[in-house]
Amino acid sequence: MRKQNKRLVFVLVGLAGVSVAVWLVLTAFRHNLVFFYSPTQVLEGKAPSHGVFRLGGIVKKGSIKKDGLHTTFVLTDLRHSMVIHYTGILPDLFRQGQGVVVQGRRVGTTTFMASQVLAKHGANYMPPDVAAELKRSMAAKAKAALS
Amino acid sequence: MKLVHKYAAPKRFYELAGTLTPWFATLTTLLFVSGLYLGLYWAPPDYQQGNAYRIMFIHVPNAWMSMMAYMIMALFAAAGYIWNIRLADILAKVTAPLGASFTLTALVTGSLWGKPMWGTYWVWDARLTSELVLFFLYVGYMALQASIDDARRAAHASAILAIVGVVNIPIIHYSVYWWHTLHQPASLTLTSQPKIYITMLIPLIVMSIGFMFFYLTMLCVRARNEILWRERRADWVRKLVESRP
Repeated sequence: MRKQNKRLVFVLVGLAGVSVAVWLVLTAFRHNLVFFYSPTQVLEGKAPSHGVFRLGGIVKKGSIKKDGLHTTFVLTDLRHSMVIHYTGILPDLFRQGQGVVVQGRRVGTTTFMASQVLAKHGANYMPPDVAAELKRSMAAKAKAALS
Repeated sequence: MKLVHKYAAPKRFYELAGTLTPWFATLTTLLFVSGLYLGLYWAPPDYQQGNAYRIMFIHVPNAWMSMMAYMIMALFAAAGYIWNIRLADILAKVTAPLGASFTLTALVTGSLWGKPMWGTYWVWDARLTSELVLFFLYVGYMALQASIDDARRAAHASAILAIVGVVNIPIIHYSVYWWHTLHQPASLTLTSQPKIYITMLIPLIVMSIGFMFFYLTMLCVRARNEILWRERRADWVRKLVESRP
């Protein structure tokens, strides 16, 4: 039994050691593991100032302008926003109010040239009629709160 | 401990698994057939994705099972390593290819869904990358098992790899919360209301239980096979073979 206890301790200590090591590595690389930056981070200078990076946020309602394959829209994190220019095919889930991630370069203070647009999907799944019902009840609640 | 050793005798497990296999297989078939019927016909389309979301009935159970199988494999590997239980070594070894196929299925189905929905087959975000690492862990474990001839030494060496790899499991799970990822966070958690409508949730649960029983079925079949091979020189195996016409 002594030998077995030794091995048990070895496994537990080993696992704890590896966990700490991995935790340290992940903490050190935290910045590089970020898949995208928000417009606020970009405007605060926390994103790369040049080169290709990814920007994530929500497509502002009514901001989508299409001209053939060229699309312009406003990407917002509800605090700050940036204007995105993109030429190409958009994913199915791209629509106003949707979370998207764009990859490209910053060309002006608040202008971004995207080479790729990815739609981010939320965790919600429901049938269309339920979604419509939910929207109606939310609108009714908002109205009730205002009056 | 003596009790474990008695019931974990490969011969006993061989008989037990033989009795359980048809039951597990029947349950798996029933759950898969009803789950697919519910998922593909009965469940309504999604308000945003239309019918494309239905791939989740395969993707999500496989992704869950890829992590669950890894935990099972690592626990068996650790038990085999610490207490020298031969059956635990066997169960860990035969779980690896099953877990690897769950992982690959989750990666491929996710990728096929990602193209129309996200607009890309693959991105190197934390969730996708950590799941890919899980696949390589399984493959590495299998390669290590295969590269050492002596069964006990193979089990001990690969057990270390399996145990170290456990670190990846919480990373996969929490990746969507710790970092900005393209992959969405979990729709189902133990602590909050499901974010999936009930008529879509039911097929998902049925399919998930189906995949669990599929795993158990395959575990029994594969473990029996492995036991026969390892005990091929034992008397009881010889008698078993001779008793077959």
